[in-house]
Amino acid sequence: MGTILFLIFFPIIIAFILLVSKEDKVRDGVVKIAAAAIAIASVVVAVQFFSSGEKYFSFDGEIVSYVMMAIEVLLAGYIVYTSWKHKKYLVILFAVAQTCLMVWFEFTRGHGIEVEHNMYIDRLSIIMILIIGIIGSLICVYALGYMKDFQHHHADQKDRRPWFFFVMFIFLAAMVGLVTANNMIWMYFFWEITSLSSFFLIGYTKTGEATNNAFRALVMNLAGGLGFAIGIVVLGTVFGTIELSTMLLAGSVYGELVAIPAAFFAFAGITKAAQMPFNSWLLGAMVAPTPTSALLHSSTMVKAGVFLIIKLAPVLGMGNFAGIMTMMVGGITFLMATFAAVSQSNAKRVLAYSTIANLGLIVTCGGIGTAAAVWAGVMLIIFHAVTKSLLFLCVGTAEHNIGSRDIEDMDGLFERMPRLAAFMMIGIAGMFLAPFGMLISKWAAMTAFVDSGNIILVGIICFGSAVTAFYWIKWMGKLSAIVAGEENIQKNVHKEEWFVQGTLVVLTIGVCLIFPLISMYMLVPYLEGVFGGLSAMILSADNMIIMVVMVAAIVLLTGLFFGKSKKKVVPIYLSGVNEGDNRTFYGPMGQDVQFSLRNWHMEQYFGEKKMNLIGGVLTTIMIIVGLGFMIGTLVNLLGGVL
Amino acid sequence: MSYIAKSPWVVHYDGSSCNGCDIEVLACLTPMYDVERFGIINTGNPKHADVFLVTGSVNEQNKDVVKQIYEQMPEPKVVVAVGICACSAGIFRECYNIMGGVDTVIPVDVYVPGCAARPEAIIDGVVKGLAVLQEKRDNMVKAVEDESVEPIEEENQDAAEAGEAEEKKEEAEEEGGKQK
Amino acid sequence: MIVKMIIFIVAYLILAPILGGLLAGLDRKVSARMQGRVGPSILQPFYDVFKLFEKESVTPTRVQDFYVLIFVLFVIASGVIFFAGGDLLLLIFVLTLASAFLIVAAYSSNSPYAEIGAERELLQMMAYEPMVLITAIGFYMYCGSFAVRDIVVGSSMPFFPLIGIFLGFAFILTIKFRKSPFDLSMSHHGHQELVKGLTTEFSGKTLGLIEISHWYENIFLLGFIFLFFANGTWWGYLIGVVVCIATYFFEVLIDNSFARMKWQFAFKSSWIVALVLGMINIFVLYLIV
Repeated sequence: MGTILFLIFFPIIIAFILLVSKEDKVRDGVVKIAAAAIAIASVVVAVQFFSSGEKYFSFDGEIVSYVMMAIEVLLAGYIVYTSWKHKKYLVILFAVAQTCLMVWFEFTRGHGIEVEHNMYIDRLSIIMILIIGIIGSLICVYALGYMKDFQHHHADQKDRRPWFFFVMFIFLAAMVGLVTANNMIWMYFFWEITSLSSFFLIGYTKTGEATNNAFRALVMNLAGGLGFAIGIVVLGTVFGTIELSTMLLAGSVYGELVAIPAAFFAFAGITKAAQMPFNSWLLGAMVAPTPTSALLHSSTMVKAGVFLIIKLAPVLGMGNFAGIMTMMVGGITFLMATFAAVSQSNAKRVLAYSTIANLGLIVTCGGIGTAAAVWAGVMLIIFHAVTKSLLFLCVGTAEHNIGSRDIEDMDGLFERMPRLAAFMMIGIAGMFLAPFGMLISKWAAMTAFVDSGNIILVGIICFGSAVTAFYWIKWMGKLSAIVAGEENIQKNVHKEEWFVQGTLVVLTIGVCLIFPLISMYMLVPYLEGVFGGLSAMILSADNMIIMVVMVAAIVLLTGLFFGKSKKKVVPIYLSGVNEGDNRTFYGPMGQDVQFSLRNWHMEQYFGEKKMNLIGGVLTTIMIIVGLGFMIGTLVNLLGGVL
Repeated sequence: MSYIAKSPWVVHYDGSSCNGCDIEVLACLTPMYDVERFGIINTGNPKHADVFLVTGSVNEQNKDVVKQIYEQMPEPKVVVAVGICACSAGIFRECYNIMGGVDTVIPVDVYVPGCAARPEAIIDGVVKGLAVLQEKRDNMVKAVEDESVEPIEEENQDAAEAGEAEEKKEEAEEEGGKQK
Repeated sequence: MIVKMIIFIVAYLILAPILGGLLAGLDRKVSARMQGRVGPSILQPFYDVFKLFEKESVTPTRVQDFYVLIFVLFVIASGVIFFAGGDLLLLIFVLTLASAFLIVAAYSSNSPYAEIGAERELLQMMAYEPMVLITAIGFYMYCGSFAVRDIVVGSSMPFFPLIGIFLGFAFILTIKFRKSPFDLSMSHHGHQELVKGLTTEFSGKTLGLIEISHWYENIFLLGFIFLFFANGTWWGYLIGVVVCIATYFFEVLIDNSFARMKWQFAFKSSWIVALVLGMINIFVLYLIV
């Protein structure tokens, strides 16, 4: 209990310290120490609750609830004020609507509902806390060096770094609160804090584009927040509880009914996890400095959305429309976002689409709601957090050193920044290639999809995986190309950046090596607790062993043979007119011509606009149908009572 | 025993010529002559080829190309000059831009005269070239055997590799990057 | 059980290249006869590979060999998984890993021909992958297991319920065997495309290794065909072997009767085949199983 509260309050204290300290040195020191403390504390939490597993904390949280509400109202006021200033009236509508709804609920029914356990921790929360505590704080450390460069590149702007780090740490605190809150009103509070934090982080640069995109993120997340609020009201009114655990427990008996609030919560999760049709906010978030993207994509924000859906998994499933809506939205998003990623050449956009696609898979897993699917979903969360943060940080470093975030400009990165290119390649391999992390979970997901009996999802994952490999390998190939005569420029990279990326590389490979243990000691007990009975291992033990052996083999082979070829190095074939440097040929009219190579983007098949349109329309239909059915059932139900 | 003579892969280049010999070279691949009987394949890629078939003479424009294609073929390799232009520049000899036969830029192993050289002659020339190829291969093997320093060097490399085995993946990759 | 598994693995490791090489030799012989030629000796593929091993070792970059090594090892590993009775999905993923490394090897040279070949190979991968996955899922739905060892002793022949998938798989085999009309990225025999496409910058031993791994690959791809007929009886196995050989020579016939198509056609047609034959078959399976 104490350590969890520490993990919530310590980052807040640090955030305020950072807000007032303007010195680079002070900030460096504070952030590093705080990051270490948070990481250690999250490991302590894991060790502390490892054996007990699930644990609920009961204490009187009445006052806390009121404080939270007061803060909520204040924040809503702030949102209304800024939105008015920027003429974003839709934001005001959502903010006012949900705050009024919550306040009304709290004063009329909320205080009548006895909340026994305001907070809890279980193995899923432990996993999330580890991700937030370790990866989140690593990103904060990385941001130190990055933001120095950033300030350097944007010297004309005011130094607003104290504010930046303030929000980063608030974000971490809110995430820890979110994954340990059992009282849905508390969770809602943290939910809104993360929405607002991401608003500030996206709009950090204060350019027109950034502000616009920040508001887009805000309006979509507030729409989700409204869904969350409605969910709470329905839950409180119909079931007389606002506890997550009670709701899930009720789900095992009144599955059909609990699906109603669950659908609204799932809707909130879908917006936060940037599923179609709400994916544009995450793409817009790319204008922010890279650490923001890394934080949003890997350990916070979008992970809050999928965390909620994974939590709800037991009450979703093929049996009700909440589950079908969730899984179809996730599945369609996975496919369409994957397709759209092919047509992109901006590295950050490729990563963004890949995040959306992977979140789609996780959402689908949550929607299917079987033990096997949830296993796959949680594994995806873990691997995705580690690998995606690594990739974002690599792209950030590349951008500052080669002056571009376009993949086509990463020609010969292996010559210019060998270590960075190697890190990036490991990250990419981790994203889609056997035997690395994501593939293991994709494999389990595939099995779960087949077992769920949803044929459409089976087709989606077959085609989706093929395309996933396409866009990652073409990036990998681009990095691997050895373009002669490039200068090595990697000495300019900050120490912190190397440290963080190195740690993440070790984590990427390490997680692949120990994933059977994670499965055995964390996930399977969790699933047994949630779904009851003995959950069989999703992947059979010998397959897991083969995977681990393969990881080890690749690491070992790389160590032994990479670049150790003793063969004579000869120039490449350029039809006999290679000028000797492998990049110039003797062209017609006696001129030297330099060539450069470009990848395929297949605009005519996988155009971004087309994919977003198709995905948006299909998912909107699914959401309307899903929520419509739920509202219909609710009206029916209330009509019966009255 | 060596297999080099059983699978000669050909790369064909046409220099400055009337294309007559060029056509005849391709005629060798047709069912009528079917050089694939001997395992001969027209690869079109010097990096895969063992036999360099040149038709036509060498001029100022293409001398570097001929030279580079020759250099890009891995050892052992033979050059077969097909047609009188490739042998000695033939009727183009006195042209202002012609340097002469192929042997003015690269060493030629077999000369196949004729205008145009008949497919039978070309096949005969390539088969003659195979004997040269075999001989070059034998010399290569002998040269390797003669180099007594080689084995010791290899042992050192082995030891070095074993030592580096414990290195972490990323370090190794970084080194790999730097070596180039 | 384990002894039997080891025997199968060892037999695969030793016999697959021999069988694969012989099949390739037969392919060339038959192709030649179809074209009214005498053709090379049946052992010609072996001569070619032995010769490649005798050539001087050159490379455009120091890293290329490493990628190719991983490719070769993992192609063989995926065959081992198949013949050890392992998981079909695992096998497909390992094969994808291997192909990815071959493509990266071609990219690493930064040679225009090799890179275009690599991109086309990538495209082909994207084209055939859905059908391969659907095939594995089809076996799973019908036989209740992804493991080859369970499928092979299944009591009824999966061929009839999986006939759509069988046809679809045969279709993408044309890509996997690198036959016309889909030999876009690299081709066998004397065919040329983009110089030598993907393999342009490989030479000597490296090329020889790639050739051998194709033999390994071809054998276990034919193993997939075999699975459609395995029903635990000797006559089922016999039909399986006969159909494997028939399929192979059917591909040779296709190779000799078609010109090379554009990549757009390769991509579209394989996806349409996967969608129509594959997905409809899966749907039917869902209804009947």
